[in-house]
Amino acid sequence: MKILTLVRQVPDAEARVKVSGDRVDLDGTTLVIDGMDEYGVEEALRLREGDTGVEEIVALAVGPKKVEDALRTALAMGVDRAIHVETDERFDAVALSKIVAQVAGSEGSDLILLGGQEADWDSQALGAASAERLGWPQLTWTNELKVEGETLTGRHDVDDGNEGFKVNLPAVITAQQGLNEPRYPTLPNIMKAKKKELRKDDLGSFVVQPGVKYLGAEIQTRARLNKMIDGKDPQAAAEQLLDLLRNEAKVLA
Amino acid sequence: MILVVAEYAGGKLGKSTLEMMTAARECGREGPITLLVLGQDVAAVATEAAAVADQVLVGDLPALAQYNPEVWAAAVTQIAKEGEASTVLIGGSRSGREYAPRVAVKLDAPYLEDAIKLTASGDALQAQRYTYLARVTETVEASGPVIVATVKPGSFAPAAPAAAAGEQFDIELELPASRTEITGKSVEKTSRVALSEAEVIVTGGRGVGSPENFAQFVEGLADNIGAGVGATRAVVDAGWRPYAEQVGQTGKTVQPKAYIALGVSGAVQHLSGMGKSKNIIAINKDAEAPIFKVADYGIVGDVNQIVPALIAASKK
Ligand SMILES: Cc1cc2nc3c(=O)[nH]c(=O)nc-3n(C[C@H](O)[C@H](O)[C@H](O)COP(=O)(O)OP(=O)(O)OC[C@H]3O[C@@H](n4cnc5c(N)ncnc54)[C@H](O)[C@@H]3O)c2cc1C
Ligand SMILES: Nc1ncnc2c1ncn2[C@@H]1O[C@H](COP(=O)(O)O)[C@@H](O)[C@H]1O
Repeated sequence: MKILTLVRQVPDAEARVKVSGDRVDLDGTTLVIDGMDEYGVEEALRLREGDTGVEEIVALAVGPKKVEDALRTALAMGVDRAIHVETDERFDAVALSKIVAQVAGSEGSDLILLGGQEADWDSQALGAASAERLGWPQLTWTNELKVEGETLTGRHDVDDGNEGFKVNLPAVITAQQGLNEPRYPTLPNIMKAKKKELRKDDLGSFVVQPGVKYLGAEIQTRARLNKMIDGKDPQAAAEQLLDLLRNEAKVLA
Repeated sequence: MILVVAEYAGGKLGKSTLEMMTAARECGREGPITLLVLGQDVAAVATEAAAVADQVLVGDLPALAQYNPEVWAAAVTQIAKEGEASTVLIGGSRSGREYAPRVAVKLDAPYLEDAIKLTASGDALQAQRYTYLARVTETVEASGPVIVATVKPGSFAPAAPAAAAGEQFDIELELPASRTEITGKSVEKTSRVALSEAEVIVTGGRGVGSPENFAQFVEGLADNIGAGVGATRAVVDAGWRPYAEQVGQTGKTVQPKAYIALGVSGAVQHLSGMGKSKNIIAINKDAEAPIFKVADYGIVGDVNQIVPALIAASKK
């Protein structure tokens, strides 16, 4: 089995997000591999360690030059090699899925693992769109996965709970919390990763255009009242809060 | 036509469907509004749907007994093509967001995801959506003969019934067989109001101290004021509470009238799931906790002391 893992680079969760003009300004922001993608990369590595016939694990990222760093992180975690389609253009998930499907085809991948939701564009669409282009089934929000021969079994979250599933390869799986605990790259592995192949594929070899135009960004913070109550006298604080919720905010009867 | 795919649960039309109807009526796209109801034994849902839509297409088939993304995508695509839909609106639920991209690919249409606002301008459709863990509001635009969009729950007011009930039509569908076998399902059960529907939510974080305290304080207060119960990931990871209660980036997104956070620090991943609540109330012993920055009302104090007092005082 050949696994393709998708990697996205996003601002560190603790980083302050700022907007300059009508764009999110990432200058000087610490960028990291998306936490949700780490679950996907980790799962690929575990499947191999679990001796399920994994021949190769390849990581793919589409994005600007600095996305190499996220690919290096995946390589340091244990991925065999990486492919970078370098572009400064912003592609929506439906457009990106063309690149993913084409790479999966040329790499002969049987399983695509990716994060369930991006921490930057808060999108959940790439897995499904890629699966559709490839004509594969997909399981989203997966938190348990086993491979036996050509069969995948596991559990994933659905609207009103979760379900066990069974599906045959090839397939797309989107990962989430609970699937595993991603490893930290060790120093020796970070060194080794520098020597692993990071191939550059030319965007021009993919026939792809953004389908969604990006017009602007704003930080709309809701003005909050920030009314603080001293809790030293719990009784008085509780009564004051209830009074405010009933008579000022009018959210309690 | 504007094709809206109905969401329902427990044999009742979902609030999200009524919200999508408002989005459809107000977005300024041309054509009659058609609600599509897919499932098995959905006659009651279809009748409810007819009260709000110009027409209702009903796919009531054994093959639709169980939701499957490939089957749903095929059905919606077929109807969108046959009806020459200009716009396809799908719920921003977990399932909606997993089959909508397939519909977009099948229709070769652009996809606007998780829209909180939709406005037509010429033959283009503009959407607003949250990005960067809901800290940024972005405006995006797509154009083309047909556009697919998912609508974020809680972003539009639920539509009122139309002047006259729409007509219902049974449809025939050519569906692929599902390739995924469902081997068992566990449904989230709660005796309380569902988080997505709750007007008030009481959420407990690690600061609550223990599973016992969670039951006593968080559930105790919630039951007194008729609220839903939420949890932070720290509490879920610790095994105190089920994942179904988790609010945040990897849990549920909620937007109640009042969100009461007890012993919650207010990490960005948590805020991304509840930061749009109308009123945020926080009780935390650390005056510097980030949750207070987004709070309308805050008590700096120990939940072990404040919450029992709140429970006592809220009992009528
Ligand atoms: C990829 C990713 C996804 C994530 N998704 C989510 C998500 O969906 N939802 C989520 O919640 N988190 C999520 N997190 C985790 C998040 O970063 C925080 O770790 C988590 O929200 C913290 O939970 P908490 O507030 O309960 O705990 P803590 O951060 O430990 O905060 C406990 C708070 O309780 C206060 N406290 C302690 N004792 C008392 C007392 N006696 N009285 C009053 N206050 C007290 C403390 O001052 C502190 O502020 C995610 C993280 C990652 C990396
Ligand atoms: N530019 C990209 N390059 C590689 N993988 C991506 C890219 N964009 C999104 N992904 C993957 O898709 C996941 C979900 O993306 P999406 O479905 O677009 O929300 C992310 O967490 C990544 O795994």
